[in-house]
Order: sequence, then C-alpha cells, then structure tokens
Amino acid sequence: MTSRGDGAGAGVSDEACEGVKVVEFAAYAAGPVVGKHLADLGATVVHVESWGRPDGFRAHYPPYADNTPGLDRSGTFAVCNDSKYSVTIDLKADGGVEVAKQAVAWADVVIENFTPGTVGRLGLGYEELTEVNPSLVMLSSCNQGQTGPHAKHPGFGSQLTSLAGFTHLTGYPDANPCLLYGPYIDFIGVGFGLIAVLAALDHCRRTGEGTYIDLAQYEAGLQFMAPSLLEFEANGRAMERAGNRHPTAAPHGVYPCRGEDRWIAISVSSDDEWRTLVESMGNPEWAEDETFQHEAGRKAKEDEIDSHLARWTAEFSSGELMEQLAEAGVRAGTVNRVQDIHSDPQYVHRGVWSPLEHPEMGVLNFMGPPYSLSETPARIERPSPCLGEHNEEFFVEILGMSRGEYESLVDSGVC
Amino acid sequence: MSTDAVDKVDPMTGMLTGYRVLDLTTELAYLGGKILGDLGADVIKVEPPGGEAGRMIGPFCGDVPDPERSLYWLAYNTSKRGLTLSLGTVRGRELLKELVSTADFLVESFSPGQLEEMGLGWEELKLINPKLIMVSVSPYGQTGPYRNYSASDLEIMATSGLLSLLGSPDRPPVRTSLPQSYLWAGMSSAMGAMVAHFRRGMDGRGQHVDVSAQASTLWATIPAPAFWDVLRQDVVRDGEFVTGRSITGAKMRAVYKCQDGYLNFIIYGGAAGRGTNRALVEWMREEGFDPGYAGEVDWESFDITTVTQDEMDRIEGPVAEFLSRQTKQEFLTQALERRMLGYPVSTAEDILADEQLDARGFWQEVEYPELEQTFRHPGGFAKFSSGFCGVRRPAPRIGEHNSDVYHGELGLSLDEIETLAENGVV
Repeated sequence: MTSRGDGAGAGVSDEACEGVKVVEFAAYAAGPVVGKHLADLGATVVHVESWGRPDGFRAHYPPYADNTPGLDRSGTFAVCNDSKYSVTIDLKADGGVEVAKQAVAWADVVIENFTPGTVGRLGLGYEELTEVNPSLVMLSSCNQGQTGPHAKHPGFGSQLTSLAGFTHLTGYPDANPCLLYGPYIDFIGVGFGLIAVLAALDHCRRTGEGTYIDLAQYEAGLQFMAPSLLEFEANGRAMERAGNRHPTAAPHGVYPCRGEDRWIAISVSSDDEWRTLVESMGNPEWAEDETFQHEAGRKAKEDEIDSHLARWTAEFSSGELMEQLAEAGVRAGTVNRVQDIHSDPQYVHRGVWSPLEHPEMGVLNFMGPPYSLSETPARIERPSPCLGEHNEEFFVEILGMSRGEYESLVDSGVC
Repeated sequence: MSTDAVDKVDPMTGMLTGYRVLDLTTELAYLGGKILGDLGADVIKVEPPGGEAGRMIGPFCGDVPDPERSLYWLAYNTSKRGLTLSLGTVRGRELLKELVSTADFLVESFSPGQLEEMGLGWEELKLINPKLIMVSVSPYGQTGPYRNYSASDLEIMATSGLLSLLGSPDRPPVRTSLPQSYLWAGMSSAMGAMVAHFRRGMDGRGQHVDVSAQASTLWATIPAPAFWDVLRQDVVRDGEFVTGRSITGAKMRAVYKCQDGYLNFIIYGGAAGRGTNRALVEWMREEGFDPGYAGEVDWESFDITTVTQDEMDRIEGPVAEFLSRQTKQEFLTQALERRMLGYPVSTAEDILADEQLDARGFWQEVEYPELEQTFRHPGGFAKFSSGFCGVRRPAPRIGEHNSDVYHGELGLSLDEIETLAENGVV
C-alpha cells in the first residue's frame, strides 16, 4: 500500500489506517464524515466534487467566515472534511466518468451517498466499478436503503430523525416534540458506516474479496430506538416523551444556575445517592422529610423536590456546582453550551480539538474521534481543503497522469 | 444492480465470524458488543453471578420486573452468549484470564481504575495476550479531570453539549426520553474496536482503546461547534425550529401539528427545497386550498440564505393551516408521490408498520420460549454483499452458556462448575 504524501517517514506506519485509499462521491454529512474518520486515522481520502456542483455544505450551509458566503468559507463543510484531498471531476462532462474510474481503480474504498439509482445511472454502480477494481469496498449510504418502495425518496437527516422516532421522544409531555438540533441520524449512520467499511477492508485483506455495503441511515438509526420498538412489541405501548424525568429515579432533572440560561443536570438513582446529595446541600430541613428518604416517596413528590432543588442550585455557577457535587459522588453535569465546549476541561484533556489554520477561514478547531488509541492515535494535521485544491497533486502525482493529460482535462472542463 | 450482490449472502457467515469478544459492559455500552455480534463475532457477555444490574432496567415484558424480562436488556444483548463470573474472587479472575488468552477483543465499562485494582487492567491483560484489543468505555474517559465522576445519561448529555441544543428556549434543555448517550458510547466502542482490529491486521499487535461517552455524544452536535468557531455565535436550542440556515437569523418551522400527531416539514432552499415548496403549493391547489402568500413566492429565485423572518412567517402561515388537516399517513403518501422532503414524526407503532422496512426484510423475529413471546427486533445496521449482519441469537438468560464454555471449552468438570456456583464464582 502506498504511503501518504505528507505522512510520517517512509516505511514507518504509525496511524491505524495508513495506506488506505478512499474516494468519496459524497456530499453533506453521512458519507463525508465516514471519510473524515478514515482521514484522521491516516488514510488518503479524496473528496470528489465539481465546479458546477460543489458539496451542498459548501454551497448553501452557514456558518460562513465573516458571515460572507463562499465555497471555501463554510464552517459546516470544514468540520466534516478535514484531513482530506479535494478534487473536482464533472461526472456529466465527456470523459468525466472515465476519470472517476481511474480514481476508483486506485482506491480501496468508494463512499457515495447519492439518492439510490444515481451512481448506476452515471455508470459508476458497484458492478461497473468492480470491472476496474475487483476487490473494491463500496459504501452506499442513503436515507432509506437501495431497495424497497421508498428507496428513491430524497431526504435529509434532520427529517429522517423524525421518521425514525427520535423527535417524538424529545420534549415535554405537555408540549410539542422538539428537534434533535441537526441531522442527528446522519451521525449514527456515520458511526455504523465506519464500522462497516473497516469490517469490509479487514475481510478483503483476509480473503481478497470486495464488498458492497447498502446502509440505510433509517435502519442504522433504529438501532438507537430498539427498546421503544420492543416495548411496543411486548406491551403494545408506544413510549412517550417525558421531559427530563426518569421512570423510577428521582430527582432527575435540569436545574437553573447563576447567569442567563445556565443549567445543571442532577440525577439520583439510589437512596444512598440521595443522602450524599442532601449532605452536599448542607442538610437543609426540607430534605429531611421522611418520605424523601426512599425512591418511591421521592418519585411521588418529585415536583416538590424539584422546586426546592432549583432554589438551591440557582445560587451557584454550574461549573463550580458540578465540581462540588461530582467530587462528593453525586451525579451532576453542567449543561455545556456551544460556547463552552471548546474549553471543557475534559475535552481539552482528551485533545478532542485540533486547532489548524485554514487559508480562508483562519484558525478552526477540528474535532477528533471519540475513541483514543494507545498505540496508533488519530492525528489531525490538515484543515478542510479548498475546492479543487489538490487536483494537480492527485491526478499527476498520485494517479500518475502526464501533465499534458491533466491539462487537457482541465481545458475540456472535466477537472 | 449493486443490490444483487447483497441478496446472495450466505446467512451463516459474517464479516467477523471466527473472532471472539468478551463483553464486560454495563448499560453504558451494551450496544458495542452487540454490533460485533451482529457482524458474526462470538460475543460472550460476562455478568456477575445472579445477572448484572442492567437486567433490572425497564420497561419489562408484561410490566413484570424480572431480570429475564427487561426489554432494554434484551434489545442490546442479542447476538451474544452469556456467562456468569465473579471478578471479586481469585478463581473468577483466573478464569477471566484464561478466557482473555484466546479472545480477540475485550469491551468493558467499569469505572476507570476498577479493573486495575483487580489486577485485570490493560497492563496485565496485554501480557497474557499481546494481540488483545481492549476497549474501555466510561462516561468521560480513562484519564482527565472528570475521570472519576459518575454520570448517567442526563449528565453525559449535559456535559457533551448536545443537551443545550434540545428543547424550547422558554424551558430547561431537555433530553430524549430513551437514553441516547449510552448508544453513542456503545457505537463508538465498536468503532474504536474495528479501527484497532484493522490496524492489528497489519502488525499483529493489540492495543487499548479509551472511549468517552461525553466525547461520543459530542458528534451529534455537528455543525453547532462550527458556529462558535467561525462566528463566535452561540447556537441556542429552538425546539420546533431549524436555525442557522440563513445569514439574516431567520428560522424555519420544522414541526407542524397534523390530525393525528406531528409532521416534520421545512420550507427549504437548494434544488430539493425549491422542488418541495413548489410541490406543496401544487398539492394545496389540487385540494382547493388557497396557498396565500406561499402561492405568490417565485421558488426559482427563493434564497433560504437571505430570506427574512417576516417572509418566512408569511409563507408558513398557510402551510401550517394546510398541514393541520392531514394525517401522518396521508402526508407520507403525498411526500413520496410528489418527491417532497419531509416525514411524519413517527411513534414506535408507526415505525413497526412502515412498508419500507418490511419490504427490506429489516425486522427479525426472535423467539423467547420462557416468555412465550416472539418479538420483532431491529435487524442489521447495514446489508453486506459478503456476509450477513443482524441478530444471530436471542439475548442470553443468566449463565445460559456456563456449561458450554467452562465445561466444553475450558475443560472444567460439571462437578467443578457446580462447586464454583456454590462458592459464588460463577
């Protein structure tokens, strides 16, 4: 396997996916973020777009640097694509598909997340691609799967999150359901997509056999819904949203702290934990009520406990209170706001953020994986690429085209 | 078509057939072992004698609390076999080490430091089996300022940053009632395991993987961190609205009331959004409904990035009125036919009746003879052309495979096993 152009010294392979070659015909989150994981692990990942149809995250997704739209200015594109190469191929131009197939012949893995049927129509379906690369691993990630009556329905992750049941379970019982912020289910598809690709690469290494993977983000997402589905199967009951409450534990909620829109999560799951909380509060009189000493009693008077607790927590800053309670053994967690997460001490300790200078956007903090590897840690050393930034490097130096060939592709509008 | 390859899969083999996983997790990370099991690995759930605490997480089959009836436990322990083993005993630790010597993976979610105290930490286990991949899952990670803090789903959601993005601005942030952070952590544990496994294929060496539930859940906040990074803009929860799609600050309603529940529909930009908006107006007109201002907008030039809140409100008024007359099923039918973006806000009942999942053979019936029940479990997370992925066996009963493993594999006599049981070792 080839080594990465800018990687460690020749012959020294100290990243988990060093030498793996990936081509993405993919946009937005569900496909490209799988590639981001692989790139952070040392794989050479080529994100294919075209000048006419750049990744939708570049084209119409804020935040833009200085609030000024531009193809190389979207923070949303940036966080999904660091450590990659950006290459342009117009798949609809004459000769575009042939160039794409050259890239596929070079690659170990293809990732695509077009609406089902699209890559087949373009002549880039799995069967066609195995003609140029018989041991190819190909991940097709889409909303509802490659087959079935709803396969070709277009959709975005934020809405699929509702179809898969998450939205219904988020919010207060007396109010409308709430969104899970962004394309929540896409990132579930990302995790399963990475697992699938690595399993297929390992299989290929052992058997020489390639693999086609049909990943429906809907089905991947439902793995996170399994207990509610079994609950309906077994008891004929659909789970309902319950605010922050727990079926048995009490107290179990989010309480106000000092400052505007500042909160702390506290939960008590045993009578011992309740005693610890009461001691941490300095044994206030209200908490000595005999009924509060047992879970069932606390559950029955949860509203009352919540209002006492909320009056107490409001005196503290959420960070200080978290430390005080958690050190004492109470389950307590500050509600980190978006402005807090880059400085959260635990995230900082784990090296979650890698600050890198982006040529158009200044310093950006790129997010590292949730798993830390003792021997082959992920490294984030390159920012997200500008559109077409690596065309010449990829086509000439990596694919081995002559400069003349490459220039004629540029002239004819293919690259 | 690409999908022919998927149809020819041999139902017995999986991508990880032949590998062994020891699963010492709590509810924090059940899903990780299940994923490896669904891929074909021989996953052995190791529980304390009498069964682990997670078996008492509700809901329960028939609402009867019992360690063999937890639906939460059943949901995330299929595709595993089950052993009981007390790590608090010398003999128990010896037996675990014997199992470790032939295992390919060990996934655990003890509090950081607990296994080391028992002499079963990574430094010890790697001497027994240098090829081992050990995955340790905890709320915050094996090291760092929060390492010793205990946390349940609510605290992990809070510290991850995700909780701040969920709920209405006029009420406290709110979690998803079905705990999600444990599933993010479980999935991350399988991701880390597979990365290390792929790497092991190059040099034959194992490693230790440290998974943080907090850092796992952080991934669900994308792209919010970019708003702070790029614009120093603090994204705040907005309940039923999508924010951050315009540079004017205009927000789009995404949750609409309908006859029998709610719909997720958004007036959107881009090619797909324009098509959706046009199709909706057409549908309104066909039903004899006056689209009002939504009918006057030129969708060809409509730009979601620069739209004003006033314009959004004028569009959404008639849309809300029209959608309130639909049912979830009618909306889904129309969305599919007209290729509009949008879906119902489904309940478990809706999902189990979805024709698409049926057509793809997603559900897998699993029989539980002791419960006299058969449940449809969610099937595989993906379809592979070179191996089956999905539920391979029901979740194990307490100690169900003690004899198979201790007698059949480790060669203990049945009498010895009985003595171990009497002494609380298994």
